[in-house]
Amino acid sequence: MATTTPRIIIVGGGLAGLSAAIKVAEMGAHVDLFSLVPVKRSHSVCAQGGINSAKNLKGEGDSTWLHFDDTVYGGDFLANQAPVKLMCEMGPGIIDLLDRMGVPFNRTPEGVLDFRRFGGTLFNRTAFAGATTGQQLLYALDEQVRRYESEGKVKKYEYWEFLSAVLDSQRVCRGICAMDLRSMEVVTFPADAVLMATGGVGAIFGKSTNSVVCTGSAQGALYQQGASYANGEMIQVHPTCIPGEDKLRLMSESARGEGGRVWVPKNPAETRPGKQVPEGDRWYFLEDWYPKYGNLVPRDIATRAIHKVVHDLGLGIGGQPMVYLDLSHIDRATLDRKLGGILDIYSKFVGDDPHEVPMKIFPGMHYTMGGLWVDADQMTNIQGLYAIGECDYSIHGANRLGANSLLSCIYAGFVAGPNAVKYAGGLGAAPENLASCFDDEKKRQTEANNRLLNNQGTENPFKLWRELGEIMSRNVTVTRYNDKLQETDVKLVELLERYRNVNLSDKSMWTNQSFLFTRQLYNMLQLARVITQGAFLRNESRGSHYKPDFPERDDANFLKTTKAFFAPDADEPRFEWEPVDISLIKPRPRRYDSK
Amino acid sequence: MANKNVLFKIKRQASPNSESYWEEFELAWRPGLNVISLFMEVALNPVTRDNKPTTPINYDSNCLEEVCGSCAMLINGKARMACSALVDNLEQPITIEPFSKFPVLRDLQVDRTVLFENLKAIKAWVPIDGTYSLGDGPRILPQVQEQAYQLSQCMSCCCCMEACPQFNESTGFVGAATIAQARLFNMHPTGKVLKEERLQALMGDGGIQECGYAQNCVEVCPKEIPLTKSISSVGGDVMKKAVLDFFRL
Repeated sequence: MATTTPRIIIVGGGLAGLSAAIKVAEMGAHVDLFSLVPVKRSHSVCAQGGINSAKNLKGEGDSTWLHFDDTVYGGDFLANQAPVKLMCEMGPGIIDLLDRMGVPFNRTPEGVLDFRRFGGTLFNRTAFAGATTGQQLLYALDEQVRRYESEGKVKKYEYWEFLSAVLDSQRVCRGICAMDLRSMEVVTFPADAVLMATGGVGAIFGKSTNSVVCTGSAQGALYQQGASYANGEMIQVHPTCIPGEDKLRLMSESARGEGGRVWVPKNPAETRPGKQVPEGDRWYFLEDWYPKYGNLVPRDIATRAIHKVVHDLGLGIGGQPMVYLDLSHIDRATLDRKLGGILDIYSKFVGDDPHEVPMKIFPGMHYTMGGLWVDADQMTNIQGLYAIGECDYSIHGANRLGANSLLSCIYAGFVAGPNAVKYAGGLGAAPENLASCFDDEKKRQTEANNRLLNNQGTENPFKLWRELGEIMSRNVTVTRYNDKLQETDVKLVELLERYRNVNLSDKSMWTNQSFLFTRQLYNMLQLARVITQGAFLRNESRGSHYKPDFPERDDANFLKTTKAFFAPDADEPRFEWEPVDISLIKPRPRRYDSK
Repeated sequence: MANKNVLFKIKRQASPNSESYWEEFELAWRPGLNVISLFMEVALNPVTRDNKPTTPINYDSNCLEEVCGSCAMLINGKARMACSALVDNLEQPITIEPFSKFPVLRDLQVDRTVLFENLKAIKAWVPIDGTYSLGDGPRILPQVQEQAYQLSQCMSCCCCMEACPQFNESTGFVGAATIAQARLFNMHPTGKVLKEERLQALMGDGGIQECGYAQNCVEVCPKEIPLTKSISSVGGDVMKKAVLDFFRL
């Protein structure tokens, strides 16, 4: 056994998956890389503003400890501290490596990396490549993986859907079961270790800033196979999105980092267009309420402030749920150099030019802080199964700081890749009946497919999805009430029931996208219950999780990680709580409103 | 704007070897519709304009923000991204077709692996020694970064290849996107170590010489990448290399 090359499966080709692939290939192990889309088209491309690391190139006295402190404080102390500290310490090295790979980071006149300020910190700590940093980082990693691919060390399976893990009789992960999205064939693949890098769960909320593939289906499937899902209730709503018919498009925090100001007309009956409202008639409410951080308060704070201004004070623009995000006071050349990409998005999709007029924005579902539970090695509670990036729960606690997500993805890949190779080297002999475990899993998944295809019901899966998204967005995002959460869970049970009565209008067995989506929808519904019930049980307010009936953080009762496990007989989650590691930074009240 | 409708027709195909056919759809107009949201509406209610039940449209998409490069197709005859194609800016009936120069898989999905293979052939990467710590990256002036960034925004959508009259089976032309990437990596202080190999890959049949300077590529590029300029620049380098190679013999 020891002489054979370890085989590692990585599911997902965003920043986390590709970082892990590079490390694993570099160590001489073989990578099978599975992705729903060509990996270059993964959701990481959507990240705009930048990547944090305390390089301290601005003479500000920044340090990795301060980055660590900002991250833990920003996450309202819900993250275990050791991995966060390690991530912040690895940050500068990761930036240097990306720079060496050719990421076109913005530069100072001296030719060194430029940094800008993001929310939840007072330091210029965010390296950036225009306003498409995620795209640029993904491309750099994609290029390195392509290099390994051409050397035969990485084999890509693009347009494949992960269906489930293959577990042996000892519940050790021995491979995966996946479906070819062209031929719809169900195939099992053996591996010494499996790394999940499948991103966030935006589609559970219907419209979000996430990409189409971010359904959470893989996490939902694994949860039903016994993987623990942690802090599911921690969902980040980004304060500045552009509402759209097909999705909510992000307007990056970097817009505020570069001086963008959020305001509403003081007069709710204001009829003049934004640009014509004189300074004295504008209310810059974030600067007013949070003088120290101003427009760069963390996202949960900004989101609640906008909700308050719009819903409680009735000051949304023209009575609509919208506020202004204004860049029009900044000169055109600076905007183009530093924010070109995102301003193009606004111009292209809304039709107004943000160089000239203030943008109209509103909060929208953006990031999944919770995810598959992992230990410090990024291994889930299923041996041999790892989770990395947005699909794991480990770094961001109850709220993620802007520009920390790209770092956390690469960090997790760099930690988990080598760990998986090491684990593969010490893996014991497989039980004798392993072949039958693969056969059984393939049979189980094939039967599920056949059941779905032959269903003779009346429900349209896309309508069920719309109902799911509407109720989750209404009741399980910014402001949460226990009666509404209970109501939501009842609705989710109803949707699961109606799902059994689903009917596919397309029953073909060749690149059938609606069939694929319908399969994913079931896992989304199961995971939605984890999110909703987790929110119901957490009777406090912490980070992004806000309950007006329990407005304070309650460390005595809830400084704990929520861990959900699937109970197959009851067909619903059961919950456990785990203490949080606070050994390095003692929890203190989280306030951004002092001077 | 009461009772305004949106009329559109989609060229469909069940599988790579089956015949294509057109289906017409009509939906109630709403503000802010893009082509993707039309497909989403069809999925919610898969019925054609003449009330015939049909199936949801198969199409590639992901980010819906014009950065992932997935949803490229022909819309009113033009190669472009469906997410940024706003209905209000399109003449009706809107015609929507798959790319014509790539194998159709189903409906609007085509196989664009050829570009990723091209990127392998020209070694479109910076050959770093390893991921272990080697200190800071090279210093790069802002002007150079800005030039690189422009090229680095190529999202492999393949619009430039679809629009190019020279991109076809008889020439085997690699297309503008690949050439611009060769320029990008040849510009990089470390990436240029492979410059000769990249230029070599772009010589001969199917290489840069196939370009007929129709300039369609730069017209359709959603990211406004300076493609023709890149072709001239790399073309010059290839020419220089050819001359040098000649005298080396």
